[in-house]
Amino acid sequence: MRSTFLSTLLDVAKHNDKIFLLCGDLGYSVLEPFAAAFPQRFLNVGIAEQNMIAVASGLAKEGYNVFVYSLGNFPTLRCLEQIRYDVCYHNLSVKVVAVGGGYSYGPLGTSHHTTEDFGVLRTLPRMRVAAPGDPHETAAITRYYGSLAGPGYLRLNKTGEFCVHPQSLEPVGPTTYCLKKGKTTAVLANGSMLQDVFQDPRFELNQWALFSVPFVKPMDLDWLVGLAQEFEELISLEEHQLSCGFGSALAEGLMDLYSQGKISRVPRLKRVAIPDVFVEHSGSQAYLKATVGLKL
Amino acid sequence: MSSENLAREVRELCLRLCHKHRASHIGGAYSVADILAVLYQDILEFHPEDAGWEGRDRLFYSKGHACTALYAVLEKKGFFQNLLEEFSVDGTYFTSHVNHHIPGVELSTGSLGHALGVACGTALAGKTLGKSWKSFAILSDGELDEGSNWEAFLFAPQQKLTNLCAVIDYNKIQSFGRIAEVLDLEPLADKLRAFRWQCLEVDGHDHQALRQALGDFKTGKTPGPLALVCHTIKGKGVSFMENQLAWHYKSPNDAQLEQGLKELAAHA
Repeated sequence: MRSTFLSTLLDVAKHNDKIFLLCGDLGYSVLEPFAAAFPQRFLNVGIAEQNMIAVASGLAKEGYNVFVYSLGNFPTLRCLEQIRYDVCYHNLSVKVVAVGGGYSYGPLGTSHHTTEDFGVLRTLPRMRVAAPGDPHETAAITRYYGSLAGPGYLRLNKTGEFCVHPQSLEPVGPTTYCLKKGKTTAVLANGSMLQDVFQDPRFELNQWALFSVPFVKPMDLDWLVGLAQEFEELISLEEHQLSCGFGSALAEGLMDLYSQGKISRVPRLKRVAIPDVFVEHSGSQAYLKATVGLKL
Repeated sequence: MSSENLAREVRELCLRLCHKHRASHIGGAYSVADILAVLYQDILEFHPEDAGWEGRDRLFYSKGHACTALYAVLEKKGFFQNLLEEFSVDGTYFTSHVNHHIPGVELSTGSLGHALGVACGTALAGKTLGKSWKSFAILSDGELDEGSNWEAFLFAPQQKLTNLCAVIDYNKIQSFGRIAEVLDLEPLADKLRAFRWQCLEVDGHDHQALRQALGDFKTGKTPGPLALVCHTIKGKGVSFMENQLAWHYKSPNDAQLEQGLKELAAHA
């Protein structure tokens, strides 16, 4: 995903001279091609995330669409108030890109586990929150953000993800993808969880449906209405804490639709997420996911 | 109009605003009033009828709590009218920390330690795009406690932001005590020089000194990043407010309004 993000952004920047890339002293062996191609539109601001978001805001005020790249909690939680007030309140075109979503840097320890970002960021007005499930989704969201005015957040996994989608996707913005048709039960996978479940034999055996849902916010309510009408059970999967994440957004959406009379029944929703814990030992991403029960 | 007269009018309006609307922070508004008056009267380029004019100098007001001073100077310079009636009234944008929905206000602030970094980004854009306008940030002294400012102090000289000026309103009093007793900034000018800024110290109520220092920056004679440390007095201009922490919070009653107006008029 990292390399797809960067190659896509390079291509976007070739056609749009308002794309600027800042990094917080991270991106070794990833960002160099952008720096070489656009030295006037690339800057390593140092290990200073509050200032990185502020500088991005200043650049955005002057017309740039600024991508800021760093790792997990650093361009998000560390500088949250700058994102809230400087970026979101002023509706500036700053796109926060965090590599190392979830436990993808698992062995590096809890400092590098990015497991509360959705919850924190999706409460911010104007913010979009996305975690793509494969390289094609990564490219589509990067292109969408490249043309989007206003704030956005892109959570990347790391590297080595396979392509779930057979071909590139249109950069249409927040959307969902039906990957396997089924009935009764629909599995809704966000971010890296798509990789884990895509080849699960139970989709064929049980005739489960599979949707990839990269955007935690905004939630497509029309799609949710369709789900509620078609399925008896939904299973959400995310590499994030149980509270305030993807499953929470689904639950809120379903409840709102029900209370507004837009759906007449609410399907059972099983939320697979991190059960309100820090993982304090070392482990690969797969090991840590299994430890906290992130499985279908 | 002279900058001195503008400053007096700004202080009068601040007093009326804080009296009528029971607003706070007049002490910090008075310490920065002369700085704002010199900037808006003699230094900055702007068009009040076209607040977003591309060629304007960008002024980022980090001490957003001292909103009355900025709002007052903007009204005096013609950016809007009816401030006294509309300030902090339900449904208006005149929040009592400055609001970017008001013409002439570049950035909403109120949370401290935000504006210098944004001013850095704007200065970087100006430099990248070859613009001649300048980027200014007005900071309080208390907010220099915030680490974000020191990230920006590191950043600006690294990027050779010659078009950036940080004006520090050094009135020596922060929210809950004297700077020297809470979190001492001294030696402030030496610190800024050690961070590779040009640093000048002036009496922040001496209009001629302010004009000289800010004018030299504006014309390029003193390239940035320039930190202008302005030694000021909290509550400057009204005797019973000067150097008093309480006027970070209090709003004047009727008698204090009369007394204040009388003292300000005497300076005319």
